[in-house]
Amino acid sequence: MTSTIYIPRDTTTLSLDGEQVAANISKNAAESIQDIRLVRNGSRGVFWLEPLVEVATDKGRIAFGPVKPEDIDSLFAADFANACFDTLSAQQHPLYLGLTEEIPYLKKQQRLSFARAGIIDPTDIDDYIAHDGFKGLAKAMQLSNQKIVDEISASGLRGRGGAAFPTGIKWQTVLNCPAQQKYIVCNADEGDSGTFADRLMMEADPLMLIEGMIIAGLAVGANQGYIYLRSEYPQAHIILNEALNNAYARNFLGNNICGSSKAFNLEVRLGAGAYICGEETSLLESLEGKRGLVRSKPPLPAIEGLFGQPTVVNNVLSLAAVAHILADGAKVYADFGVGRSKGTLPFQIAGNVNCGGLVELAFGTTLKDLIDDFAQGTVTGRPMQSIQVGGPLGAYLTPDQWDTPLDYEAFSAIGAVLGHGGIVVFDDSVDLAQQASFSMEFCVEESCGKCTPCRIGSVRGSEVIEKIRRGDNVTDNLILLDDLCETMIDMSLCAMGGMTPIPVQSAMRAYRVQLNDQNLSTPTHAEQHQSKGGV
Amino acid sequence: MDATSVRANEKILTIITPLKDKPGALLPILHAVQDEFGYIPSAAISLIASALQQTSAEIHGVISFYRHFHTQKSGSYRVEICRAEACQSRGSRILESHAKQKLSIDYHQTTADRNITLDPVYCLGNCACGPNIRIGNDIIGQVNVDKFDRVVDELCTSKVQIQ
Repeated sequence: MTSTIYIPRDTTTLSLDGEQVAANISKNAAESIQDIRLVRNGSRGVFWLEPLVEVATDKGRIAFGPVKPEDIDSLFAADFANACFDTLSAQQHPLYLGLTEEIPYLKKQQRLSFARAGIIDPTDIDDYIAHDGFKGLAKAMQLSNQKIVDEISASGLRGRGGAAFPTGIKWQTVLNCPAQQKYIVCNADEGDSGTFADRLMMEADPLMLIEGMIIAGLAVGANQGYIYLRSEYPQAHIILNEALNNAYARNFLGNNICGSSKAFNLEVRLGAGAYICGEETSLLESLEGKRGLVRSKPPLPAIEGLFGQPTVVNNVLSLAAVAHILADGAKVYADFGVGRSKGTLPFQIAGNVNCGGLVELAFGTTLKDLIDDFAQGTVTGRPMQSIQVGGPLGAYLTPDQWDTPLDYEAFSAIGAVLGHGGIVVFDDSVDLAQQASFSMEFCVEESCGKCTPCRIGSVRGSEVIEKIRRGDNVTDNLILLDDLCETMIDMSLCAMGGMTPIPVQSAMRAYRVQLNDQNLSTPTHAEQHQSKGGV
Repeated sequence: MDATSVRANEKILTIITPLKDKPGALLPILHAVQDEFGYIPSAAISLIASALQQTSAEIHGVISFYRHFHTQKSGSYRVEICRAEACQSRGSRILESHAKQKLSIDYHQTTADRNITLDPVYCLGNCACGPNIRIGNDIIGQVNVDKFDRVVDELCTSKVQIQ
């Protein structure tokens, strides 16, 4: 009997010798004359168990992980390829994890966008259809443009890239623009450290993104789409292009989609290592073949976007969610979440944790619960000290802030951002002033240079923080830093300069608390400020 | 112009021609040229400029904006170390200084034997499994100091074998 064995081919699996694991399995199978079918699926996002090797059984898939190349001999000795639920030898293998679906890390999640991740062969159209793929498109085909946009508005979907702008409003604006040529642009420039949800989507279920983009095209009357993918994601590039070619071959893309005589063409374009190109207007400049300088708004890209035409620019997860919203209806989606934060957000647990990975949950769980339920402590075994949420422009949160519910408004209320849902955990060895300095350095490195507060403010910022770290005129320099941050917040053209002060100030606040704890006699910055009668 | 540069120019033109009429063709062309040569040779710049009816200065301006594009030939291998926060929290600062010391170079430099060029990178999207490095199109996770040495030593050995 042929056994079906799944080994992901996503970046994480490959980064941990996944290709060698697959090769060893094939070799062992050939040597022991076992008939196996190897499926290279996407990851389920349980990255601490990768490479996760699964065997199909009549009761579901049985998982083994994390598998190293040298484990394959012992897995074959345990006859793992013929594992059924009651094969004792396989169950006794130290890497045996039981049914994949029952792994608590997965079982506790609410997967809407990532329902198929790790289950299907990511580029196989039939597999996608067999798992409810293209249902949203079929529905959209029967609706008028306005009805599709209405459905998205009713779902309450907000941009998943970080800014959380209501997707329905954006689409409506583009729909209302009378223009011959409109564009759908997918922002796949996922540059935030601690985030990998877009990558996982593109590597595990790229057809869902493609479906969402086709629906967006139908909705607003655009016949051309671009996926702007960062060049740091070579594996996503390969998988996306395979999926795209397969979709063309089956007429889901092209000039006659599903025999409807409607057209939607799609191309993947590679970025070139510029974080700023994740900002939508910079991205559009880059797509046009220019330096990625941020544009002034207005005009909004929805009105004058790519090549001056009305353009929908949406994040990977927003567009993927569209496929699901159309398939199951706006209400099902809106029923998840709290307040104005509707649906689910894939949180990405990263950094110094034992169990990092993607956790898709409805909005509203607290950060603390998420970390307690999933992260399982630090790799270093030391206590957690600080958590940066929302990427390099997000705040460093101290333990007293971890009770905050994970929704856009609650985070905004404490001066933090949820952003793209990236969560980076640091242990107590973290030097927060050094992190603050790095945030400024990152802004120096990545500023497009168009506006002064960002371009020069970041250089001065990292100099001032270095002085503070050296103990050089600390009080005055702290005041100077606050002043500089204020200028950057108020005067920068985009979020790069405008939000860099968020990690800087939050980290410096925590750093000062740390200093005061160590030396209680040191007066606080405010006290010193008062005693000097201001500066 | 010698025969080699004539051939190189022909090669560059065969890369440019099918791409030049795409909307926003410059980045796709620069990627394709760099994929072929490992960097963007200066001869390519004027050819691209004339194909796109732009000035060489404009093409230079675009190349210099993006970290990914290089106008100098690198070592046989480009090793990129992730400097972003998630990798920092898992020890990438130690890895960085170890790598510089082991290779006796700083970022943006190439080893004396022209084997390895060291570059920083800001996030490879493998943030649950850092510290991460990238060599060519391969991303390698959980790179501690020992693993880095192993990987780099292998690169040096394979270079010797090729020679």
